[in-house]
Amino acid sequence: MARIDLDHIRHSYLPNPTSPSDYALKEVNLTFEDGGAYALLGSSGCGKTTLLNIISGLLTPSEGDLLFDGKPVTELSTEARNIAQVFQFPVVYDTMSVYDNLAFPLRNRGVPAAEVDQKVSEILRIIDLESKAKRKAQGLTADEKQKISLGRGLVRSDTNAILFDEPLTVIDPHMKWVLRSQLKHLHKQFGFTMVYVTHDQTEALTFADKVVVMYGGEVVQIGTPDELFRKPQHTFVGYFIGSPGMNILPCEVDGTMARVGGHSVPLPCGLDPKKVAQKTEVGIRPEFVKLGGAGEGLPLKVNAVEDIGRYRILRGEMEGVALNAIVGEGMSIPESPTALFDPTQTNLYADSWLVSEGA
Amino acid sequence: MEKTVNNKAWFMVLPVLLLVAFTAVIPLMTVVNYAFQDSFGNNQFFWVGIEWFQELLSSERFHDALVRNLIFSFSILAIEIPLGIGIALCMPKKGWGVPVCLVLMALPLLVPWNVVGTIWQVFGRADIGLLGYFLNSLGINYNYTQDPVAAWATVIVMDVWHWTSLVVLLCYAGLVSIPEAYYQAARIDGASRWAVFRYIQLPKMHSVLLIAVLLRFMDSFMIYTEPFVVTGGGPGNSTTFLSIDLVKMAIGQFDLGPAAAMSLVYFLIILLFSWVFYTAMNNIGTEKKHYAGEE
Amino acid sequence: MLELRGVSKTVDGMDHIRDVSLRLESGSLNVLLGPTLSGKTTLMRLMAGLDTPTAGQVLVNGQDVTGVSVRKRDVAMVYQQFINYPALTVYENIASPLRVAGVKGADVDKQVRKAADLMKLTPYLDRTPLNLSGGQQQRTAIARALVKGAHLVLMDEPLANLDYKLREELRDELPKIFSESGAVFVYATTEPTEALLLGGRTATLHEGQVSQFGDTIDVYRNPQDIVTAQTFSDPPLNLLGLTKSGGEFRTSNGTVIPASEEEKRLPDGHYKAGFRPHHLYLQRPSEDAVCLPAVVDVSEITGSESYIHLTCLNHRWVALEHGIHNVDVDAKIDVFVDAKNFMIFDDEGRSVASLMHEPA
Repeated sequence: MARIDLDHIRHSYLPNPTSPSDYALKEVNLTFEDGGAYALLGSSGCGKTTLLNIISGLLTPSEGDLLFDGKPVTELSTEARNIAQVFQFPVVYDTMSVYDNLAFPLRNRGVPAAEVDQKVSEILRIIDLESKAKRKAQGLTADEKQKISLGRGLVRSDTNAILFDEPLTVIDPHMKWVLRSQLKHLHKQFGFTMVYVTHDQTEALTFADKVVVMYGGEVVQIGTPDELFRKPQHTFVGYFIGSPGMNILPCEVDGTMARVGGHSVPLPCGLDPKKVAQKTEVGIRPEFVKLGGAGEGLPLKVNAVEDIGRYRILRGEMEGVALNAIVGEGMSIPESPTALFDPTQTNLYADSWLVSEGA
Repeated sequence: MEKTVNNKAWFMVLPVLLLVAFTAVIPLMTVVNYAFQDSFGNNQFFWVGIEWFQELLSSERFHDALVRNLIFSFSILAIEIPLGIGIALCMPKKGWGVPVCLVLMALPLLVPWNVVGTIWQVFGRADIGLLGYFLNSLGINYNYTQDPVAAWATVIVMDVWHWTSLVVLLCYAGLVSIPEAYYQAARIDGASRWAVFRYIQLPKMHSVLLIAVLLRFMDSFMIYTEPFVVTGGGPGNSTTFLSIDLVKMAIGQFDLGPAAAMSLVYFLIILLFSWVFYTAMNNIGTEKKHYAGEE
Repeated sequence: MLELRGVSKTVDGMDHIRDVSLRLESGSLNVLLGPTLSGKTTLMRLMAGLDTPTAGQVLVNGQDVTGVSVRKRDVAMVYQQFINYPALTVYENIASPLRVAGVKGADVDKQVRKAADLMKLTPYLDRTPLNLSGGQQQRTAIARALVKGAHLVLMDEPLANLDYKLREELRDELPKIFSESGAVFVYATTEPTEALLLGGRTATLHEGQVSQFGDTIDVYRNPQDIVTAQTFSDPPLNLLGLTKSGGEFRTSNGTVIPASEEEKRLPDGHYKAGFRPHHLYLQRPSEDAVCLPAVVDVSEITGSESYIHLTCLNHRWVALEHGIHNVDVDAKIDVFVDAKNFMIFDDEGRSVASLMHEPA
């Protein structure tokens, strides 16, 4: 178990990078606290897998230092870093039994047989594969194979961190729930530092204490799931997290009021008059858009209403800009609805970055 | 409608069927025909039943050639398979080295059999051949026309030179298809080089190795051109393999009946061994599938 | 219109598809929902004519086409993997079905450009597929299916290999684009949420059998049996064992749950109640709600909502709550359920509601 520091890490896959666009990873400074559960979230090509491979030692960064508990490990090989990794597609040793798969990392390190047996039996119980210990790993289901991959990391007592590279990609939705909650349980039980790479916001938010949102090789925001949901620092985070994403409406700011089209929306804070912004926008989550009757709020043109069971998504537009609202179970949609924004949940963005209170 | 589709498909494979009939089925039938008859020329044939087979199977000449063949094939497999795996493991996985290595490996495969024989025949001569001259100047008495050991060594080295590339190429194809994640996981688990080979590379090469073993066995068991060109089956009968003996019998002595019987037996032996290899190697692979299949 | 009548497919003595009968209307969107290996792909192959059923008939517009090869049928298919011709440009990829059909000259260009425009591929027409992102590659494959103008369009988990946000975008566009073409549109997925977002009609598949087929939201709300309810639930369905005697149900710890007027007519015996995670409450939602003791396993937070995994009366349940609820692991808490949200299933897993509404 260890704290992981990334100090001015930059990486380019090109031999002689010159412009910022040559870098797959542009200047990352991050600290993963000992025993924390972290997620790296972003769409494909955002640099999240590059970052993970740098931590595991499969890639050496072009610039910067990587530290485990304050000790530089940038030059250390993968095996010397004592990390474990679970890959997107299950990696098991086909010809070995489940038991031997789990014993493999210990035997490679010359651990005495009695200790191997004790450790492996314990892990078999924890990952719930005791009954299949003697089976060959080849014929197991995808989720069982992923559990073995994970078990190979858990079995070692010297593991500094466990890294996950989209581990649930090939797992059925039903099993995803089971595996995810088991994973969370294991984290609480063992206290390993865990880093989880995914493009799936639900996986990231449910797994991690802190989520690192990446975009174009840069970290856009680090925060708890709650912070990312309520106070996205950048409109990209607002769009990327939440389904549907945050409504972003161009506006003009007048004191603590925003003017959207011909209508006024109250804001939690105003804009610093000294700062000049090219573009100002109001952001509000569909969850916080309430529907009112005619004349109560902003006029809303309804394009479609999707019933997805536990709530409905109203897909509408306001003066040509898309505006979605979530309508809870048992709530009705008025004849000609208008949109009411909860002022405490309305965010103001200047040049795509959040304007925070007191700024 | 389904039927018309099927008929068309049959029509498409008709040329191949005709080709196979003319090149394989009809000659085979002729051979079977000869094997049960005797002839005194002038197209006069007499039915002799299984006499030729009895004679053949009890003849020492046949036994000796068969043993030589088996020793040869198993030596070839014992050398070429491990060597081929070894070379494949050493080949680069990416970069400019890949095409270079592949071309180098493919070169021996492009040389015709008789040319390979001629090359080695000259190469090994003590008076003008580089290899022969060199070995003799080292004080090793090397002469493949007189010494059976030297003759055997020459034939085996020649075959290894000619055909190991095939094993290399097959194994290499198996190796490059292994996803990078397996190697990464092994590094993380602290696996030794041997463990990576034993638990990742070998299991993933299983199916191509099966093909390699089968091809090399069948091919080496039928070896003819190279020893014929280099040693002509000698010195004495030390490198007279079944195929060489067969040709001597059929073309040299014109004993068509015994030769036909021998071809059939020869053919059945190859078939039998190939089947044994195939089932044995396949069983190693499917054993676990059975195991996993039970709930 | 595509109709399957009693279609089965057996391979090596294993039933892959068992007695499936479905009627898919032209211009309709049909979702095949089921976990991996439930038979979605096999069923699609049978619909397409890539496989011939062991028993039963496949009819297109009333005409029996069982055994007619896929070449002679009017079918387009999109797969989970992005399948395009790697050596052809995007333009030629999209044009390929037209070239096969022998469409000439300006017509090809017009149709390709229209499809490219719909799938937002116009800027990339000169590139080859391998120089595109995953989303654009799949758009190319979809555009190819689109220009083919096929009567039957089959999509086998087309968005599974795409990023979350890209999925959202394409999932929005697909039904609109294909509903205009008047084709029978079939879409296979493992994800219940995806089925709900697509709408249309849904057939739930379980072990090679269609357990229910109907309007998507209706199948979700009124599953005929426990298998359908479970297939169509993400997070998983919560189940509670009940014993009925007289006018009430009892849980294993003796908690009484009053039965509705209709349920009172059921014979006494063992039943199972199924209810969805958003109907398991941490605070009493109404006067009628019943309180049960539970132990927390783990809680997950998605930002706006929390999933609390817990164990209650030996059942593993998930509660989906609005807002943020950080509950300690192993904490003993009270949870609430409301019988009005229950779907009651009998011993054989059949929905009691559907049995009672069946004309006897």
